[in-house]
Amino acid sequence: MPDLQELFEAIVTGDANNSRALTAQALAEAVDPLELVNKYLVPAMDEVGRRFQCNDYFVPELLISARAMKASLELIRPHLAARGDKPIGCVAIGTVKGDLHDIGKNLVASLLEGGGFEVIDLGVNVAPEKFIETVREKNATIIAMSALLTTTMPAMKTTIQALREAGVRDKVKVLIGGAPITQKYAEEIGADGYSEDAVGAVALAKKAVSA
Amino acid sequence: MNRFIEQLLAHGPLVTDGAWGTQLQARGLGQGEFPDLWNLSHPDRVAEVARGYVQAGSQVILTNTFGANRVRLGQESAVEKLGEINRRGVEISLGAAAGVAWVFASIGPSGKMLLSGDIKPDELGVAYAEQGRALAAGGAHALVIETMSDLEEAKLAVEAVRQTGLPVVACMVFDSGKAKDRTMMGQTPEQAAEALTKAGADVIGANCGQGIAGFVNICRRLHSATDRPIWIKANAGLPTMVDGKAQYHVTPNEFAGFVPELVAAGAQFIGGCCGTSPGFIAAIVRRMKE
Repeated sequence: MPDLQELFEAIVTGDANNSRALTAQALAEAVDPLELVNKYLVPAMDEVGRRFQCNDYFVPELLISARAMKASLELIRPHLAARGDKPIGCVAIGTVKGDLHDIGKNLVASLLEGGGFEVIDLGVNVAPEKFIETVREKNATIIAMSALLTTTMPAMKTTIQALREAGVRDKVKVLIGGAPITQKYAEEIGADGYSEDAVGAVALAKKAVSA
Repeated sequence: MNRFIEQLLAHGPLVTDGAWGTQLQARGLGQGEFPDLWNLSHPDRVAEVARGYVQAGSQVILTNTFGANRVRLGQESAVEKLGEINRRGVEISLGAAAGVAWVFASIGPSGKMLLSGDIKPDELGVAYAEQGRALAAGGAHALVIETMSDLEEAKLAVEAVRQTGLPVVACMVFDSGKAKDRTMMGQTPEQAAEALTKAGADVIGANCGQGIAGFVNICRRLHSATDRPIWIKANAGLPTMVDGKAQYHVTPNEFAGFVPELVAAGAQFIGGCCGTSPGFIAAIVRRMKE
C-alpha cells in the first residue's frame, strides 16, 4: 500500500507524475476510490486554496496543483462511475457573448474539475442560447459566466433573463466572475453568487450544489 | 538611460493620456466590438479621442492598437489587416499630436497563457516582433507594452520589440494578493522591475488593475528596484454598472490629488487607464503646474 500522505503532498506541490503513479498504485491495491478523493485529494486542494488565500501560492501554483489533481481524478473517475458515484455537480462554464477573454475562465474551469465537478467548457463568446441548451441537454446544475470588460458584463444580465424566459432559471445556480464584476452587480442582476478569485469560485460552487 | 527618453524627461515628469476604450464607446463603438478595427473603419472618431487628450495637455499619447497582435486579431479573423491597423493607428495619433505630443504606440497582451500551454514562447515572440515592426513603420516615437499580467510574456514582448530600435516602455498590472501588490502570477514590483530592466526595457511601470491610491506604493517599489524611469497609469477606481454602462466614481480632482505623491515616489510618466478621460488629464496637468 502506497503512502497516501505522499499523494496529498504530490497534489499540494503540483507533482502530476507522482500523483498519477500513487493513485494508480492505490487503486491497484483496492483502496476505496471515494476515500482517495475525500481523504486526500479534496483536502490537498483545500490546502492549495488556503495557501493561495495566504499569498504563499499564486496562479502558477494553482494551475500545477489542479493539473496534478486532474491526473489523479482521471484514473479514479471510471472506478467511481462503475459503482454509480456521480460527480458532485455539472458546471457549464463560458465567457459571455462579445467577450473573447479566457484566462480567468480557464483557470476557474480547471480548479472546478480539480474540486470534483464535471465541467463543460463552452469556450468564449458564448450566446445565452448555448447556456440554455447545455442546461437542457446536459443537465448542468451550475452556470458559471466570466467577463473581463465593462462593455461585455451586461451580457450576464441578458443571459440570466434568457434563462428565465426559457423556463430553466430555477434548474441552475448562476455564478459570475471577472475583473469588473462585484458582489453588488451579482445581486443587481439576480445571479446566485460572485467570487473575486478562482479558489473562491470552487467554494461557491460547492455551496451552490449543497444548498 | 535611453537618450531619447532622457531628453523627453529633461524638464521633469510628463503627462500621458487616459483611457481609449470608454472614449470610443462614447463615440459609438458597440458592445464587444473590437476597438482596433476602428482605425480602418472610423479613423475620424479615433482621431477625435487622440485630439481630446492632446487638447487636455497630454505630452505623450498612445495609439488605438492595444489588441492588434496576430493572436487577438486572429480571433476577429482580421490578421491580414494587421500591418494596416497598426500603421494607421500610429498615423492617426501622429496627426492628432500635431508635433506637440509624442506618440507611444500601444501593445497589449495576447490574452493567452504560456503556463497552461495555450501559446508557446516563440509564437509570442513572433507576434510581438510583427506588431512592433508595423508600429515602427507607422512612425511611432516609442512602444508601450502594457497591461501585462505575466512577467514571462512581458519579457518576451520587450525582447521582441527591441529589435525595432525604438525606446520600449514595459508595464504590468499589480492587482493580486491581499495587498494588491503582485501580478496575477505572483511577482512583486521589485521582481518585475529587475526582470524588465534586464530584458532591456527603457521605462518600467504599472497600469490598470486598481485605483490610483494603490499605485503610490507600487511606484515606490518599482523605482527602488531599477534605474529606469517609472510609468504610471491608474484606473479611476472600480466601476459600478448603471443602466448597463460602467460608471466610475472617482473625480478628476480626487485622482489628480495623488500626483504629488506619485512624483515623490518616482513616477516620471503619469496618466490614467480605465475610467479616465481628457478631464482627468487636464486635472493632472493643472496639478503638475502647481
